[in-house]
Amino acid sequence: MIGVLALQGDYEKHIQILDLLKIQSMEIRYPSEMDKIQGLVIPGGESTTMTDLMGRNDFYQPIQKFAKDFPILGTCAGLIMMASSVPDSRVKPLGILDIEVDRNAYGRQIHSFTDQLPIKLDDSETHVPSTFIRAPKITNMSSNVEVISKYEGDPVAVRQGHHIGLSFHPELDNVTVFHDYIFKKQLWKKTSLKHHAA
Amino acid sequence: MAEKGLFEIKVGLAEMLKGGVIMDVMNADQAKIAEDAGAVAVMALERIPALIREEGGIARASDPEMIRAIQSVVSIPVMAKVRIGHFAEAQILEAMEVDFVDESEVLTPADEHNHIWKHDYKVPFVCGCRNLGEALRRIGEGAALIRTKGEAGSGNIVEAVRHMRQVQSDMKKLTVMDQDELMAAAKEMGAPFALVQQVAKLGKLPVPNFAAGGIATPADASLMMQLGAETVFVGSGIFMSEDPAPRAKAIVDAVTYFKDPKKLVEISSGLQSAMKGLDMSEIPEGERLQERGW
Repeated sequence: MIGVLALQGDYEKHIQILDLLKIQSMEIRYPSEMDKIQGLVIPGGESTTMTDLMGRNDFYQPIQKFAKDFPILGTCAGLIMMASSVPDSRVKPLGILDIEVDRNAYGRQIHSFTDQLPIKLDDSETHVPSTFIRAPKITNMSSNVEVISKYEGDPVAVRQGHHIGLSFHPELDNVTVFHDYIFKKQLWKKTSLKHHAA
Repeated sequence: MAEKGLFEIKVGLAEMLKGGVIMDVMNADQAKIAEDAGAVAVMALERIPALIREEGGIARASDPEMIRAIQSVVSIPVMAKVRIGHFAEAQILEAMEVDFVDESEVLTPADEHNHIWKHDYKVPFVCGCRNLGEALRRIGEGAALIRTKGEAGSGNIVEAVRHMRQVQSDMKKLTVMDQDELMAAAKEMGAPFALVQQVAKLGKLPVPNFAAGGIATPADASLMMQLGAETVFVGSGIFMSEDPAPRAKAIVDAVTYFKDPKKLVEISSGLQSAMKGLDMSEIPEGERLQERGW
């Protein structure tokens, strides 16, 4: 069972992607519901709103603890929330990925765009359509973070351990490759085995 | 090649606003309160609907300086309103890079026959509706987001409920119709046929559907979400109340936990008085804002 954080944002779009992959999913609105899941999506939305709602409803520690054993996929605001550092006091990130993220770095809505993006996951390379909505930019990262994709020289998709963070929205373009990879393929298998062994 | 301004990109921002609260604000201080309370966006306007109603006169698009001041203090999307059919006001707001334009019945209409052709803009538009026909006409013109109108500035939820129920019931009817009934339905509601076919198939609007006009309490927000709204606009309800900041927070929480009455008890407790509000009988028929738009 994969959870989709449903405090605010396009969580339904992520559930539709998981449905396409025949992965069971549930909306997460309470920290206690995280006992039922083995993976989490933090969707797109507004990171200031998510900061408020996660704080008021005590989500920080449970998600940080969950991240040690299970994979998390974040898109756009989700990526911001997964970062270690966001130079904006209105947002309190979780510190799951060793990256620094600049909010709305691509500009206001009229600068939002869609383009084809080259993706490198393990040894397979592919191109996917990608939509950037008032998107954040990854401005710094530590050496243990692997770049999955770059756009015009900037990293826009990264992986660290069993987690993936994206600047854009695969869920808006029916792109299933990231959800498939993180929750179905090797990452999930590894964590599953580790979890059962423990 | 990167493409900008596509309809899908406009709808994309509307998707990101789901499950949130969009708050009317009249200056930078209010915008800051809204953002701190967890608003997903602010709507910049010079007078909130309750004040427009009180003071009368022509309500126009806001002063660019005031919108700039709000854009400079918040990081969330900034929306602003234009008069129905006033495409020059819309061009100005686009040049200012507002994130969403509301072609709104709250302002005094500039054109009594035509709405703006919204496909020509890179900036997305939101428009009000009272029924499915009106919603689909606006989507046909390029609206990327629909909100049911309710009665702005009334603090009374009854019209918002009427319009949301109407849209939902219009959609349900289409889903059980035979193919050969759809053209007559399109004719009757004055809606583009292709969109009528799409709704008949999907059972929902092809763009997100939010609620507006009269939301004043956390319970109002929960009611509208349970009736099928995907986000709520709160206009006068916050800054005409006695306690804007806690009320704004409570409404944000209520939209997330709209299905949980126990949580709503907690959320609704300890607030001061909501805005006083108006019974519909106190608003003469010719003065109802919802009747503007065609």
